[in-house]
Amino acid sequence: MEGVMSHASDLNLKATELRLGLPGTDEHDEFVSVAKNNKRALPDQSATDSGRKGISSGKSIDHEHEHEPAPKAQIVGWPPVRSYRKNNLQAKKTEAETGMYVKVSMDGAPYLRKIDLSVYNGYAELLKALESMFKLTIGDYSEREGYKGSEYAPAYEDKDGDLMLVGDVPWDMFMSSCKRLRIMKGSDASGLGCGV
Amino acid sequence: MDPDQSEDSHSNSANSHGPTQPPSPFPDEVLEKVLSFIDSRKDRGSVSLVRKDWYNAERWTRSKLFIGNCYSVSPEIVARRFPRIKSVTLKGKPRFSDFNMLPRDWGANVHSWLVMFAKVYPFLEELRLKRMTVTDESLELLAKSFPGFKALTLSSCDGFSENGLKAIASHCRNLTELDIQDSVTDDVGGGWLSCFPENFASLEVLNFSSLNCEVSFDDLERLVSRCKSLRVLKVNDSITLDQLRRLLVHAPRLMELGTGSFMQELTPRQYEDIESAFSNCKNLQVLSGLWEATSLYLPVLYGACASLTFLNLSDVALQSSEFARLLVHCPNLRRLWVIDTVEDKGLEAVGSSCPLLEELRVFPSDPYDRHHRDGVTELGFLAVSRGCRKLRYVLYFCRRMTNAAVITIVQNCPDFTHFRLCIMIPGQPDYLTNEPMDEAFAAVVKTCTKLKRLSVSGLLTDLTFEYIGKYAKNLETLSVAFAGSSDWGMQCVLEGCPKLRKLEIRDCPFGNAALLSGREKYEMMRSLWMSSCNVTMKGCRLLAKEMPRLNVEVIKDEGSDDGQADRVYVYRSVAGPRRDAPPFVLTL
Repeated sequence: MEGVMSHASDLNLKATELRLGLPGTDEHDEFVSVAKNNKRALPDQSATDSGRKGISSGKSIDHEHEHEPAPKAQIVGWPPVRSYRKNNLQAKKTEAETGMYVKVSMDGAPYLRKIDLSVYNGYAELLKALESMFKLTIGDYSEREGYKGSEYAPAYEDKDGDLMLVGDVPWDMFMSSCKRLRIMKGSDASGLGCGV
Repeated sequence: MDPDQSEDSHSNSANSHGPTQPPSPFPDEVLEKVLSFIDSRKDRGSVSLVRKDWYNAERWTRSKLFIGNCYSVSPEIVARRFPRIKSVTLKGKPRFSDFNMLPRDWGANVHSWLVMFAKVYPFLEELRLKRMTVTDESLELLAKSFPGFKALTLSSCDGFSENGLKAIASHCRNLTELDIQDSVTDDVGGGWLSCFPENFASLEVLNFSSLNCEVSFDDLERLVSRCKSLRVLKVNDSITLDQLRRLLVHAPRLMELGTGSFMQELTPRQYEDIESAFSNCKNLQVLSGLWEATSLYLPVLYGACASLTFLNLSDVALQSSEFARLLVHCPNLRRLWVIDTVEDKGLEAVGSSCPLLEELRVFPSDPYDRHHRDGVTELGFLAVSRGCRKLRYVLYFCRRMTNAAVITIVQNCPDFTHFRLCIMIPGQPDYLTNEPMDEAFAAVVKTCTKLKRLSVSGLLTDLTFEYIGKYAKNLETLSVAFAGSSDWGMQCVLEGCPKLRKLEIRDCPFGNAALLSGREKYEMMRSLWMSSCNVTMKGCRLLAKEMPRLNVEVIKDEGSDDGQADRVYVYRSVAGPRRDAPPFVLTL
């Protein structure tokens, strides 16, 4: 796309421009305003558009530097967003940006792992991931007997610091209260509700 | 311009049958009774032009006043014509003042209006103000002058503090609505909420969501529990989730809720409690607020979403997955406001979950491109248009768009009445073809025959404006920025759009020729705004001289040439030039 603005001045539009001169009107300022186009043209944002005049309105971008990418100076009132709204639009600095990472320890393992809870849609996916990460089987959950018969049982520490069995509460509530995960040996987990 | 002259011209137009009219076929009382059923102000305007007795009957029976530009008429003229007003809507500053394009103290102060209303309309019940300056003194006058006062709305207003609100709370015994939207208040403490009297229980609408203050929660809770008819409650982010739960327990029949802050560590018990509080809100149609809501706590809302028709997420930056999960619970949405952190993927979910959607607004999380986030693109908009065929209102902020996408979008959704596309990089072409975006807007105006409001953006030549002038026959409001090639573009619009009422232009190469070509048109419009264009003082003076019924006002930028007219505001008025203009507003 060749430079629209430079093309315009080449055409000498002034000669064909509709004028409003009253008899005796001084026409100089009309001339000046066309020449002053440089104040009204568009900032050069595209590196490929070397033909275009890259300038800005009023208070912002320095038009000497048109071959560099335009510095991100702010144009007054642009984009048209209300000021109070701008204050609210802060980056969400919560888990969703960085994930909901919790530590996972396994009894007997030399070091801990970390997983991002927010990538899972429910317990089934989480348990599968744990099984794959630690190369073990966890077995099926039942409300009455927990992970009866499994070699391992998943537990977690909640906000109050209590050790809880994974699977008792709805998934969303679990996500909000789980502080860290602990994979316990089935035998140790007997106190958590297993019937073993 | 003499206001009396305009009064005469008014009655002359009603008197077009001559100085003596044939007697009316029915008595005044009958005429007045019939006219009292007419609410629409357009109809009332038509009625007033029929004949003189109809004009009089209309003015005696009008109870609701709408003034779209507070400077187009004066309090005196209004008071003379309409003796029995109970409800007033007043709008002040031009819209670009929302984006800091007007200096402070520009005007639109409501005080002189209130002084007149206090004298002439003692039975005033409602006052709705938009973009006006409202001082504490004015609020105090309001609170003390109208014993039956019921409803106050302050939208995008400024100038008041806690003291003004205290006066309202203390003195308006019959208050049903206190609705403060988007208003700028630096020094507002929260003590006003505690000023409602102990036995005060008539509130139906309470919105203080945009105020930056801490209120006494105990007083708020007591107030909410007393006001059994409360149907709209929008609190600010000083209210926590658990506090919100307690409020919801008192007001389960709420229809509109603006929550407080959603960021709070909850115990599982608290989680369950708030979940059930929301599930008990069976009547909720409008939901907003949700500051700092995260995927952890959004699910507590799910039980309240079945009847939601308007979900306003413009204060919370959600990611696509949590947003999509929330939408599944909101099948009845008609209106949705969201921040672009949900990205195109989130908008795909809109397309698949919200078939009844009529309005979508997508706001930018990073308007100044400081963090180089993707936001939304043409793909998201396309996805919505495929799933939401009833779309009629869109406001869309993005950094890239294509002509092809817009053409497809309007083919999918031909019923647009409001199409506001903001490509945030000024002068940005079609990112695939590098062509101007002319064909996109051509498609919009050709396909969407009901289009009333249009905002254009991106790289645009005069061709866009030729199309607008040729096809946009129902267009009432047009916003233009960084677009066009010459005067011809603006002239096409002024000559072509018969219903144009508001035209706002910034940073376009339109000059005096264009400005002056619309001189007669401006008398049929509410207003014209032109800033950072090629208009000069000479051109403005000429316009002012030729059109005495227009007010032509110029504000100059610092350091600009003497000849340049940097910011121009033109509007019709029967009140003559402003008498309260500050020194930086030059009235020509």
